[in-house]
Amino acid sequence: MTFGKKFNTANLVLVFSILVLVIVVAVPVILIFITAFFENGKFNLAGVMKVLSDPDTYQALLNSVIIATGTTLLSTTIGTFFAWLVARTDLPFKKTMKALFLVPFMLPSFIGALAWKVLLSSRAGYINKLLMAMFGLENAPIDIMSLGGIIAIESMYLFPFVFLQVAGALERMDPTLEESARISGAGLGTITRRITLPLVMPSILAGALLVALYSLSHFGVPSILGTEKGIYNIPTKIYERIYASGGSFGAIRVGTILSMILVIAAALILKLQDVLLKKGQYQIIAGKSMRPMVLKLRGLKVPLLIISIIYICITVVLPTVTIFLVGGLKTYGLTFELKNMTWNNYLKIFQWKMTKDAIWNSIYLSLGAAFVTMLAGTMISYVIVKMKVRGKFLLQFLGVLPFSLPGTVIALGVILTWSGKFGVNLYNTPWIIFVAYIARYMAFSIKSNSASLSQVSDSLEEASRACGATHWQSLKNIVIPLIKPGMISAFFLIFLPALRELTTSVLLYGPTTRTIGVAIYALNEDGETVRAAALASIALIIIFVGETIIRKFLARLDQPRAKVQE
Amino acid sequence: MSQLKLVDVTKRFGDVIAVDKLNLDVEKGECFSFLGPSGCGKTTTLRMIAGFEDLDEGELSVDGKVISSSFKKYYLPPEQRDFGMVFQAFAVWPHLTVRDNVAFPLQIRRRPKQEIAERVKMALQSTGLTHREENYPGKLSGGEQQRIALARAIAINPKVMLLDEPLSNLDAKLREEMRFEIKDLQKKFGFTIIYVTHDQAEAMALSDRMLVMDHGVVQQVGKPLDIYNKPANKFVFSFIGLSNFIPVDISEGKATIKGAAGVASQAAPADAGLRTLMACRPSDIDFFERDGGADPHAVEATVARRTYLGDIIDYKLVAGESELRVQKPRREKGPLEGERCRIRFNRTLWYSAE
Repeated sequence: MTFGKKFNTANLVLVFSILVLVIVVAVPVILIFITAFFENGKFNLAGVMKVLSDPDTYQALLNSVIIATGTTLLSTTIGTFFAWLVARTDLPFKKTMKALFLVPFMLPSFIGALAWKVLLSSRAGYINKLLMAMFGLENAPIDIMSLGGIIAIESMYLFPFVFLQVAGALERMDPTLEESARISGAGLGTITRRITLPLVMPSILAGALLVALYSLSHFGVPSILGTEKGIYNIPTKIYERIYASGGSFGAIRVGTILSMILVIAAALILKLQDVLLKKGQYQIIAGKSMRPMVLKLRGLKVPLLIISIIYICITVVLPTVTIFLVGGLKTYGLTFELKNMTWNNYLKIFQWKMTKDAIWNSIYLSLGAAFVTMLAGTMISYVIVKMKVRGKFLLQFLGVLPFSLPGTVIALGVILTWSGKFGVNLYNTPWIIFVAYIARYMAFSIKSNSASLSQVSDSLEEASRACGATHWQSLKNIVIPLIKPGMISAFFLIFLPALRELTTSVLLYGPTTRTIGVAIYALNEDGETVRAAALASIALIIIFVGETIIRKFLARLDQPRAKVQE
Repeated sequence: MSQLKLVDVTKRFGDVIAVDKLNLDVEKGECFSFLGPSGCGKTTTLRMIAGFEDLDEGELSVDGKVISSSFKKYYLPPEQRDFGMVFQAFAVWPHLTVRDNVAFPLQIRRRPKQEIAERVKMALQSTGLTHREENYPGKLSGGEQQRIALARAIAINPKVMLLDEPLSNLDAKLREEMRFEIKDLQKKFGFTIIYVTHDQAEAMALSDRMLVMDHGVVQQVGKPLDIYNKPANKFVFSFIGLSNFIPVDISEGKATIKGAAGVASQAAPADAGLRTLMACRPSDIDFFERDGGADPHAVEATVARRTYLGDIIDYKLVAGESELRVQKPRREKGPLEGERCRIRFNRTLWYSAE
């Protein structure tokens, strides 16, 4: 490589990567840190302590911990049980059931929460009303707008994290590990207890920690089910403070202090995960594919299948149907009878400026952010994986840092960076959301691109150079075609979640720059439940169609994928 | 006395017959190998003996007691068969120490603490792992991991030991070493071994008797040397060691190679058909001295390639329309590349060219 010339490809890529990561990630994070700990240029720990000891914020902190703990325990139990059922028993229709258990991933959890509020709020929940009428009760039997309710609903939509990890481990585990226990004389119960469970424990914990990480900084469900009842967690508290003060610097400062707690908690969780993975990740993957040991359920076969189907109906079908039905009601609170239904709400979504704008904003912001982040992520990954430069670890650190930064924190950092402090004021423009999306999803892009880049052997690029191609020509003709599948999947890994994003955009939107998530949230806040549901229905259709097309597309892409491993 | 008896054992996977009517008696204390290419049904047979696969037809018994029977729909679960088993991928439990791995089968059988300690100690000593007992397997080498698996299998002092390609994940040198260790363990404890492998040298070195299998069908059963010297068919001949199959013309007991001067053999079977293959191992072809006498058996050939393989030299010869492979010790003087030479075939076998 000729590093002598000033503007060769390698140097350009390097400089660009550093620039992007510094502007998009490093500056916002440093600003949050400075804002939290420094006041008027002086280190101010007392101010931090004051915010933390405020009963209001303390309660939010406590709620965050309670919700995250509860959600983690519940999701892990549900996820592990269903994973075992699908991977290790003779449950009928296993493949279909496995796919169905992943559907809750598609459903944005705040839309799920909205549906459950409609069904189970103590005041007007349809199921509550039904139960009261059936059993002649005076009070609603279930109140979903409580800590317990928030935990239940979050678990419904987060358990696939655990499910995926554990099912994967159980399926890929070398069956001879269990067979050798059998031939040693152990029965199925003993094997499960002493061999299987300890071996998949790292996967269970990894899934559980992901859930904890996500739940701790989750905005959607607590905002819809908690805010009205005065139940706040850290992200909703930050939002409430900033919103109530009209975006004052004092409120943003409190926000940054609370953010530091989220960042520290996330860092601890990720560190713990790292330690666990290093210590406990056994080589249990089988070399050749063999059928794992399967438990015959016999008499329990049908009951367990029914339980699984009921679970999917409750978590997926019921809320989806509810959202669509409520979206078609003439007025919220009416019964679901044909005479009370109308198509008008759906049509109005496309006529009304606020919702029309929201759909358009979400689509072009997520498309744009996905495209830019994909390209930038490819370059940064190239530097991290393929180039030998000093200080690379810093790039790597900055690249994956946003993964541990909650959406609320990223929003605050972006506000601090792009509100005129450095001569650029993007506040109240769509660009601020655009920049925030790039920061938030950069880690996804780097992960996906790094994975496919590390599978491209160095010798392929070297062979191209040896054939007389320049560095740029080798990249263009050899490397990029080989990593294209990784780039495309990075694009969708960003586009799909960005389309339904709420946590970050809710802190950044202006009068004309609402996204779909924000619009649904705002409508719900204003008591426009029917309109919120109608927009949510359309969002669900867009998400579902998008997912289906993309999955088909990716499946086709995967087949002729070139073998480029060493 | 026959210890393990297989009667008409058959296994199908869908339309594929993995094992077809296998009958076998394995003697007590015998080391018996199943040899064959991958997918020949040898591992399936072993897994049926272990109890991991049911039989579609047939019966299996140990010491006269039926353990699997398709007729009675009776299958003793693997955990009750009291066999020892060693797997190709070691299958040692990474979350347990070496000692706990070996103690597991004894703990399952609820043996007294004292006895467990003694037996574990004995098993670890026999496999040379005493200094490793506190280690976790993940930190140990492949050879050591396979020793753990062996120690675990012998801990309960099983009557029958099942080994499923136990050495194929090890490097060549270690593989050879472990062969002898397994043999020594057998001598010490006297268990019967069923050994599955695709490596003919391994099977030869270890077995008292062996069985060659292809496509689920038994090709030959016998002592290693008998199988090497008297292969029952073309498949067995080609699977056991290197082989030449040379198309020959036969008339009046004389076999000639098309296009090559000289007689390849004067002892060809008279009843052989027109399409006949003469089979010969590369080491069983001798060079004549270039100025040697006029032997009527000699065939003329040209050296197309000559390769050093360390201790031996490998020749590719062209004789008429046939290509031959010859291997000779390095110290034996042979022709150079491009030279013409005369060769003689020792030990030939005759197969029809289907």
